[in-house]
Amino acid sequence: MPDNSITIGSPGLYTTVQDGGRFGYQRYGMPVSGAMDVYSMQLANWLVGNQYDAACLEATLTGPDIHFADTCLVAVCGAGMAPVVNGKDVAAYQTIMVKAGDLLSFNTLDHGCRMYVAFSGGVDAELIMGSRSTCQPCRLGGWKGRSLLKGDVIPLGNMNNNGSGMKKVPEVLVPDYNRPCTLRILPGPEVGRLSFEGLRTLMTTAFVVDTNSDRMGYRLAGLPVGLHASGHEIVSSGIVFGTIQVPANGQPIMMMADRQTTGGYARIAVVSAIDHTLLAQLRPGDEVTFSEIKANEAHRLLGHRNRLINLLQ
Amino acid sequence: MIQILPYGDAALIVKAGEDISPYTNGIIRKLMVLFDGLKMEGLLELVPSYNEIMVCFDPLLADRNKVVEKIKSLEPFLSAVELPAGKEIEIPVYYGGKWGPDLAYVAAINGLTTKEVVGIHSSVDYLVYMLGFTPGFCYLGGLDDRIATPRKSNPRLVVAAGSVGIAGRQTGVYPVQSPGGWQIIGRTNVQLFDPHREPVFLVNPGDKIRFVPVTDH
Repeated sequence: MPDNSITIGSPGLYTTVQDGGRFGYQRYGMPVSGAMDVYSMQLANWLVGNQYDAACLEATLTGPDIHFADTCLVAVCGAGMAPVVNGKDVAAYQTIMVKAGDLLSFNTLDHGCRMYVAFSGGVDAELIMGSRSTCQPCRLGGWKGRSLLKGDVIPLGNMNNNGSGMKKVPEVLVPDYNRPCTLRILPGPEVGRLSFEGLRTLMTTAFVVDTNSDRMGYRLAGLPVGLHASGHEIVSSGIVFGTIQVPANGQPIMMMADRQTTGGYARIAVVSAIDHTLLAQLRPGDEVTFSEIKANEAHRLLGHRNRLINLLQ
Repeated sequence: MIQILPYGDAALIVKAGEDISPYTNGIIRKLMVLFDGLKMEGLLELVPSYNEIMVCFDPLLADRNKVVEKIKSLEPFLSAVELPAGKEIEIPVYYGGKWGPDLAYVAAINGLTTKEVVGIHSSVDYLVYMLGFTPGFCYLGGLDDRIATPRKSNPRLVVAAGSVGIAGRQTGVYPVQSPGGWQIIGRTNVQLFDPHREPVFLVNPGDKIRFVPVTDH
């Protein structure tokens, strides 16, 4: 099978190579990085016959123009950016076959924030510390430690030859990103730092995603969430994806894929794994509220979704 | 002695205390020794810090209750763990001059000469409590009070990789270039973090770091 590659035309607003993340090094200060919306990446990879966490492209708000050197299976999952091949609309959440000389581009985003473009064989970026994810704050990994630029020629891995075929993700597995978003959260280790008013504000009022939001963290604007006096700080400690922290100004910050591995703000709550896909598809200006979910229920929902995915294999 | 705190559906916090001390940090390091000997399906990562360990697991592969049970089962063995002596790592430092633009300030504000500051800074074996903030950044304990200095009120936009600094009662090395507010007193060529090298990271929690002044420069 000859080596395949893609050439990037217009690169889109912020497109990076991401896989499932860089694990095993948080204890040394290395961020996990990886796809913000692992679930959408997983679906896209399934559609092209890859392992669920194979390296793909994560596009933000506007999509790249991608020219193909050779035949390839492609799939697009995540935000509502309708893919277009050679000027003709094609469907997201479905396997697409492209050939040498084809151009994949994207219409304007109508909802969500991030889209995952998976290629059969995966993106063949250098494996660094076990991962092909881009850690842009560290200028490391993915495609030269940076977002894609016009003219980049990126190799793809060899297409999986067991003919995975043309597939479609069933409706039931496609999340609804359109409605106002409620994120289901669980308590963090410092949940006790919340004052009564703070808890009420967090659980009953709406916040708006601030423009100052990115792969490191999302900032939320709204009524100040109160903590007990001097309850904001902790000794530097580990932080997981989806953690909600509240600094002294009462405006919550949500820790995302490129977050620093340790931090000194109280870890009030964390978004349940089942809702990470909703979190990752929020964009500046979106309104969000929070509701409680019990650990058993969160586990049940995640297991149920996973069983549905396994039925697809 | 240890507390287990919930942290969402994919992590737990194992806490040994509220303080920063070699004793509490020692319990964390002993727990890490016991953890490293465990086989636990779905365990993704362990992130130790001053006084806790963040245990990250795949919620589809690991049952949270079983993880809690496993952690509790380790506690009786803590007293039997012999901590391996950490590595002693020497870091050659070019103090002062263009490598340490804030050395004079640190000296002046503490009523010392620059030579005294260098002498004090380089006379201690600093315990590495944890790593974090950026890859390879070590949180060191043991900075002498006499040279403790508050952070710069106007942080620099660029601090060179290898810069050795003081911030409050902390001292450390910037492993990669980044913005920062530390008082920079010197520079080292040692690369604490190199993604293309084996080992990628030179320092582990529990190691000791000693700064050694380079005299011929």
